Order: sequence, then C-alpha cells, then structure tokens
Amino acid sequence: MIPELGNFALILALLLSVVLGTLPIVGAARNIPAWTALARPVAQGMALFVVVAWGCLVYSFMVSDFSVLNVATNSNSQLPAQYRFAATWGSHEGSMLLWVFMLAFWTLAVSLKSRHLPDDMVARVLGVMGLVSFGFLLFMLLTSNPFDRLFPVPADGRDLNPLLQDPGMVMHPPMLYMGYVGFSVAFAFAIGALLGGRLDATWARWSRPWTTLAWSFLTIGIMIGSWWAYYTLGWGGWWFWDPVENASFMPWLVGTALLHSLAVTEKRGAFKNWTVLLAISAFSLSLVGTFLVRSGVLTSVHSFATDPKRGVFILAFLLVVIGGSLALYAVRAPKVGIGSRFDLVSRESLLLANNVLLLAATGSVLLGTLYPLFLDALNLGKISVGPPYFDAVFVPLMTPLVFLMGVGPLARWKQAAIPDLWRLLRWAAAISVVTALLVPFLTGQWKPGVSFGLLLAFWIVAATFVGIRERVRNVRSGLWSQLARQPRSYWGMVLAHLGIAVFIVGVTMVKGYETERDVKMNVGDTVSVGGYTFRFDGVTRQRGPNYQAQRGAFTVTKDGVYVENLYPEKRQYNAGGMPMTNAAIDSGFFGDIYVSLGDPVDATAWVVRVYSKPFVTWLWGGFTLMALGGFLALMDRRYRTGAQRDLALPRGAAAAR
Amino acid sequence: MNKRLLLPLVVFLVLAGFLFAGLWRDPRQVPSPLIDKPAPQFSLARLDDPAAKLGTADMKGQVWLLNVWASWCVSCREEHPLLVELGKAKVVPIVGLNYKDEPSAGRKWLAQFGDPYTTSVIDRDGNVGIDFGVYGVPETFVIDKNGTIRYKQIGPVTAEALEKTILPLVRELQKS
Repeated sequence: MIPELGNFALILALLLSVVLGTLPIVGAARNIPAWTALARPVAQGMALFVVVAWGCLVYSFMVSDFSVLNVATNSNSQLPAQYRFAATWGSHEGSMLLWVFMLAFWTLAVSLKSRHLPDDMVARVLGVMGLVSFGFLLFMLLTSNPFDRLFPVPADGRDLNPLLQDPGMVMHPPMLYMGYVGFSVAFAFAIGALLGGRLDATWARWSRPWTTLAWSFLTIGIMIGSWWAYYTLGWGGWWFWDPVENASFMPWLVGTALLHSLAVTEKRGAFKNWTVLLAISAFSLSLVGTFLVRSGVLTSVHSFATDPKRGVFILAFLLVVIGGSLALYAVRAPKVGIGSRFDLVSRESLLLANNVLLLAATGSVLLGTLYPLFLDALNLGKISVGPPYFDAVFVPLMTPLVFLMGVGPLARWKQAAIPDLWRLLRWAAAISVVTALLVPFLTGQWKPGVSFGLLLAFWIVAATFVGIRERVRNVRSGLWSQLARQPRSYWGMVLAHLGIAVFIVGVTMVKGYETERDVKMNVGDTVSVGGYTFRFDGVTRQRGPNYQAQRGAFTVTKDGVYVENLYPEKRQYNAGGMPMTNAAIDSGFFGDIYVSLGDPVDATAWVVRVYSKPFVTWLWGGFTLMALGGFLALMDRRYRTGAQRDLALPRGAAAAR
Repeated sequence: MNKRLLLPLVVFLVLAGFLFAGLWRDPRQVPSPLIDKPAPQFSLARLDDPAAKLGTADMKGQVWLLNVWASWCVSCREEHPLLVELGKAKVVPIVGLNYKDEPSAGRKWLAQFGDPYTTSVIDRDGNVGIDFGVYGVPETFVIDKNGTIRYKQIGPVTAEALEKTILPLVRELQKS
C-alpha cells in the first residue's frame, strides 16, 4: 500500500512539473499574470509530492518491506536502522529519487525565498526548474521506478553493499547531491534571464547566494567522500581520479569559477555572457556527471547499472537541456551589453585569468575522464587514464592560480598598477620564500617538492594577511572595530582562501613524508613506521549486528612509551559477498597512523599494512574551511538588507539598476 | 548572430556524439584472455552429493555451459528462469559453479527456484572461480568438445544473448 502511495505521489509530481514547466514560462512571455502567479503554488505542490514519495521509500526501507524490489536488493532485516535509512539512496533508483528530492528542496527554497523578485522572473526560474524536474521524474517512472514490486516476496533482502555500510554513506550522497543539484538554481536564473532578456547586475546579485550555498554543500560532499574512501578502502588513498569523483569535481571547478565571475558581474557589470555560460556549464556538468554515473559508459566503483535504455534516456535529456540552453545562449546572449571596460591589470582581468585557469583545469579533467571513451569509440583500443596524467596536468595549472589568489584580492577594480601591487606584496613574497625554504628542515629531510608546496601555501597566507592589513590601514578607529566592520562576505573569502592553503599543506606533507610498510606479522612481532612501533597481539573473532569480524589487536608505542591500542577489522557480512577491511586509524592534528589487516598467511601470521600519514587531516580541514567560508559569506548583511531594499523599490527601478 | 557564441553548443554536440557511441560499448568487456584457451581443470564435490566429484575431464567430448552462480546473488535470480527453460529443453548440459556459497543455502535456493543444472559443483572458497577469471556473479562460459572456452557472458544471461549468441554458437560447436 505505502509503495503504491509513493508511486502515485511521483505521478502527481510529474503532472505538476508539466504545469510548472509550461504555464508560468508562457505567462511570463505573454504577460498573463494569472499564469505567472501559478509558479509558486505549483512548485510547492510538486515539492510536497516528491517529499511524500521519498518518505514512502524511506518507510519501506525502515520496515524492511521486501516485496519492494529496491528494498530486497539493497537491504536486509539485520541491517542496522541508520543504514536501512541510508540504503534508501544506495541503489540506482533510490539515488535518482534523492536527486529529485534535492531538486524539489531547491525549487521549494526558491519559491519561498523569492518574495523580493519580480513575478515574471520567479515564473521563469521556477518554470525552468519544473522542466528539469519533469525530465528526472519521467526518467524514474519509465526506467527506474524505486517502487517496483517483487514476487514471490523473498524471506530476506540481499543486504546493502558492505562498502556502503558506513557513516559516510549517511552523509556523503545527500551533501553531494545538495551541491550538484543546487547549481540548478543558478542555471534556472541564467535561463530565466536569457529568456527575459534581462541579464544585468541584479540578475548576478540574485544568483550569487544560491551559487555560494550550492558550492558550499558540494565542497562538503566531496570532502566527506574523500575522507570515506580514505578510511574504508584500506590502503590510505584519499583521491583516486575515478570517473565519478571527477564527475563531482568538474562542477566544483566550474562552480568556483562561477562564484568569482558572478562577483565581477554584480560589482562591475562585466563578463555577463561569460557568467551566463558558466552558470549553464556548472549545471550541465552536474547532468553529464549523472549521465556518466548512471549509464555505465565508464567503469567506476560508483556505477550501479549498465542499462543502455537508461543511458539513451539521460543522453536525450542532456541534449534537450544542455543543447537547448546553449542554443538559447547563442541566440539571446548578443543582446546583452558588453559591460564596463577594464584595464589589462585590474581585479577584473585577474579574476578572468582565474576563470580561464579553472576552466582549463576542468577541461583537462574532462579530457582525462573521457579519453578512454573517445579512443574506444574511435576503435583505437581500450585504455585507462590514471593519476599520473592528472597529477602532471594539475600542478602546473594550480600554481598560477594560487599565485593569482594572493594578488587578486589586493588589485583595484578597473585599473591596478603593478608597482603598487609589488610594493604591497614584496614582503609577503619574501617571507613565503624564506619560510618555505627553511620549514622542511624541521622535519629532518629537505625535499624540493615539499618546499615548493609550502611556498604556495605560505604565499596564500601571507598575501591574505597583507590584504586584511590593507583594508584596515588608513583608519583612525581601533583595529578590532575595523576588523569587525569588514563584511562577512569578505571574511568568507579569507576563510576559503586560507582553506586552500591548509589543503595544500596537507597534500604537500602527505605526498612528501608518508611512509608505509607492508609486512607479514606473527603474534608478538613489531614493526616501526614514522617513529611509532606497532606490536601485533593477535586476532580474535567478534560478532557485529550483521557481520562476523576478525579483529586484530595492536599496541602502539613511541620511544618505548605506550600510546594506544588499535583494532583493525576484517568483516564478513552475513548476507554474503566480499570481505571488508576496516582500518584502524588514530587521527591527530599532525597526522594519522593507520593500520589495516590484510589476509592471513597461515594459522598465526597475517599480512599487515601500516601507514604514517603526516598532516593528512589538513586535507579535509582545508575543505571544511572552504565550505565554512561559503556559509559565512551567505550570512552577509547585504543579503538581508539588500532583499528589503529590492522590496521597497518598484519593479521598474529594480530592473533598471 | 555572433558565430562565436555557437561554439559551446558545437563542442557539446560533439561530446554528446561520443557519449552516444560510448553507450553501445561495454567498458567492462575486457576481452577475456581465456577465450580460445583450454578451460582451467577442476574436479569439485557435487552440490547434490558432496561425496561424488565432477570435473572438466567428465565433460570432455561434449559442448557445455559453465554457469557461475550463488544463492546470495540477486542478478542470478534475474537469469534463473531462462536457465530453467534452457535446462528443460535439454539442448546443452549446464554445469553450475556454486561460487563462494554455503552449500546448504545453495541447495535450498535450487529447491525454491528450480534446478536447471545437469550438475552443480561446490566452489566454496572461490578458487576455481579465480582460475576462470570470474570477477562478478553471474558469469557463463561456453566450452567446446575439446575443453576450450569459446565464449564468456559477463552478468546475467539475457534472452537476447541466449538467442543471438549463445545458442547459435552451441549448435555450431555441436556440429563440428
């Protein structure tokens, strides 16, 4: 009964999305107020039914209704409750429903938080989101219905893939999808502006907070995914350049470019065409990512289904959405003015360079991800592109970007002078070079790569502090009141840029100084890694809620002093399948020690992997700072007072500004 | 209209063309190194009678299918009705390799869903599966009279694969 209710709610949501995708847009074009007024209530109705459908699937999982195929394949009666909940999005069908759920959430948010926007704009934006929802709802109902029944009803379910039975599974997909799907708002605003022919600073100002919010969630989602891979896959890697990781990373790169170019469009009215193109691209890459994951054109640990029917549907949908919006762009963009002029050296030009570098990075990730596909399609053989390619391409592209990150915030709009910038930044440059050369000696082993990485990080920190000092320098009143007076969006930027610096320190130190040992150990044997000594105390059997584990015990000492015990596990889930490795990790501010249990060699001896990973936690710390920077920028006062000001102005005046 | 503005659209359409081409190719279809090579030798306990054994040697002189299955494998349920039909038709003997499974669970599963297999053998720790290069269940191999692997189906046997590829190949091999 409940699954049928969910199915019915999906159908109703589909019908409402048809209404939402047509009448308000036509109403806005033909100036029919009754039709444009439909946008908000219909959007809210659609969101309501999607939430009901999602709730029905959650319910089916929570009560273990194995007559639902999706539940039978991805859950089990022994599965703990939090993973039964997370199993809702553990399958292809369920994750599509999560996608639509997030889209409904964003549509609802726009419908509630858009009171200060002109009605025709709201109608267009919600209409575009309705069209996107329509595509996904139709896709689910036609090819991937999460409520399909199974008969005869099995006694128990097959269980959720053990790899997914992890707290990361509860957090990672929702956060990632929040970000992914959140770019649909910026996209809808861009399409709405193109349709209405009103691509101005006001449009950029409306899109900006939505983009920042989506970007922050995407940042968190990627961070959790990386952390999860690090502690579950059992060999200590944190980024694999897997096609699906790349699929989430590309929208992030373009989204980062979009954040910066929206700032230029809002403040200076420049780059309008460019910004619109970025807004379309960010969401398009989210869609392409969905296609890559769902269609199985590329092999990846994340792929669920390889069904060409689904692939053809998503590809047709991509053609309509992306092809349609790029065609609209080609037709309508020329009507938009060029914007104000700027000099060769100015904040505009530096931000443009930032955009070009970020897009070049996106292009190289896209090329690396799709290269195997291109070759295969041209019958040139099957190959895979690995981390060496990405490492080789990424460092040269990121180095100038980091350099610009230091200079950009100090440059004036419209016109900046190189001598001025040099005068401001020479001390920052000198300090970062000297510290970068000296600090690696503290570790006892100087390496050129480490020194270079630290140079980039220290440069960002030093230049950021110069920037802060510049902002408060010419002021009489107290330093603290001046610092407090800086807008939160400024502090958001500072935090995000420092986050990059922290991240770079993490990457540099891990790559430079990580050590690992792969050894065969008998009970009582010891192994030393990174200054720690590990004694193997044997393996015992343990029972989990839905698995049997073999638990290894290790005593860790440093210079003969007891530090702690670590217990890595090897789990065999009752529902069958591959054994799982659960590494034991001691995370600290200055790095992790990481033990994972390999395979038994004979009755008493085991293969054991031990790693020391200095500063690895800084990777995730850096990403967290970036996301916090995004959230801080959103709390900026002008988003609240600005909204009220728009409300006070008559419609024409708001548009003219 | 400014022609430069069409560039993003053109780039996307080229990309979409490649994605479309990619849909019809299976990235997992790594050409199996075992095709046209002798099937790995095995001799394993029978699922229905663990005291007795069955091995590659017993199948010599006839064309046969080796189907890798397990009771914990949901995709196996998908292909199972087809195999039961095929088993009833007695066109070709099907040997089941009960892969990394509890024998009692395997027997129960066959009792519940029907047993299409001439015989199933127990590969409890998956060693024979490894010899055959199995990396997902189900997989199905077509083996000829000389014990050479001629075809490998990765994933469930579909009606289409059976009609268009497996059965024609089996008939052809049976003639020779």
